[in-house]
Amino acid sequence: MDAIKIKGTEDTPTVIFDASANIFELNGKSMPENVAAFYSPILAWIDEYGKKPNAETVVSFKLEYFNTASSKMIMDIMSKFEDISNNGAKVKMKWHYLEVDEDMLEAGEGYSEIVDVPFEMISY
Amino acid sequence: MELQNTHLDSVYTLYQDMLKRGFSLIYEGEVNHQITKTFTSMADENMGKASEDDSVRKKVYHVMVECLQNICKHADDAGQSDTAFSGNGIFIVGNDDVSYHIISGNAVDAAQKEKLTQSLDFVNSLDKDKLKELYFKKLKEGSISEKGGAGLGFIDMVKKTGHKLEYHFDTLPDGNYFFILKSTISRNK
Repeated sequence: MDAIKIKGTEDTPTVIFDASANIFELNGKSMPENVAAFYSPILAWIDEYGKKPNAETVVSFKLEYFNTASSKMIMDIMSKFEDISNNGAKVKMKWHYLEVDEDMLEAGEGYSEIVDVPFEMISY
Repeated sequence: MELQNTHLDSVYTLYQDMLKRGFSLIYEGEVNHQITKTFTSMADENMGKASEDDSVRKKVYHVMVECLQNICKHADDAGQSDTAFSGNGIFIVGNDDVSYHIISGNAVDAAQKEKLTQSLDFVNSLDKDKLKELYFKKLKEGSISEKGGAGLGFIDMVKKTGHKLEYHFDTLPDGNYFFILKSTISRNK
């Protein structure tokens, strides 16, 4: 399947979801004008990927900032990967946060409590 | 000429008044996504120049985005035919030695006033742990509204700042209300 490669802007994140290279990344800032329009193709891509996932998927989040509407979309992305994990493939989340950014760490911990896949918290 | 002088005089009065109140930004007009991006990056840059603490910067940025997006997304809910309502509002950023203040104002109708009062009182009644619990519960169970919001803005503002949201409604001549919301972010001194 075709990879998703979106270059980040001042209000949208860099997104690389590439099944053949086994790279799944969401980096940067997320406060798009229309969250649903930005994230719908990504969610649809994960649905498609879930039909024939790699044996092991590591999803990496390195977000500098996201608004509350984006936090819901991140939740939806994680839920879809959780489904893939429930169907038998190995899934892991890597949550990167700036060392001084306690709110970003807390957000990652919050997600890890409600999404039933292993999380690794990585400070930078 | 007389009128022009009055204008010029009032600029200085306004300037002095802004300085006295610690207001660094006052904006009246349409709030859209472009304005949101511009104001937030401008404020962030100013805080950077003032060597503001990184965590304070992030919190101010966050509250500004949520406030401005609230105005963008909801200001046209009430009485769309009335030009005063079409995405317009007032937005103020101020600071003193101990904190930053983000203040927004926009017109709402009676139904919105009711809804806002309920949700603000509820959010203000919760402690830090309860806020966190509610935030993630809504994240898991909620959905994105037609307006593109997740219904998490107020919860997140109180959770991140640790300060309750202050609000006030002024009655407008047409029977609607002017909704004023103030969020405070402490500076780490």
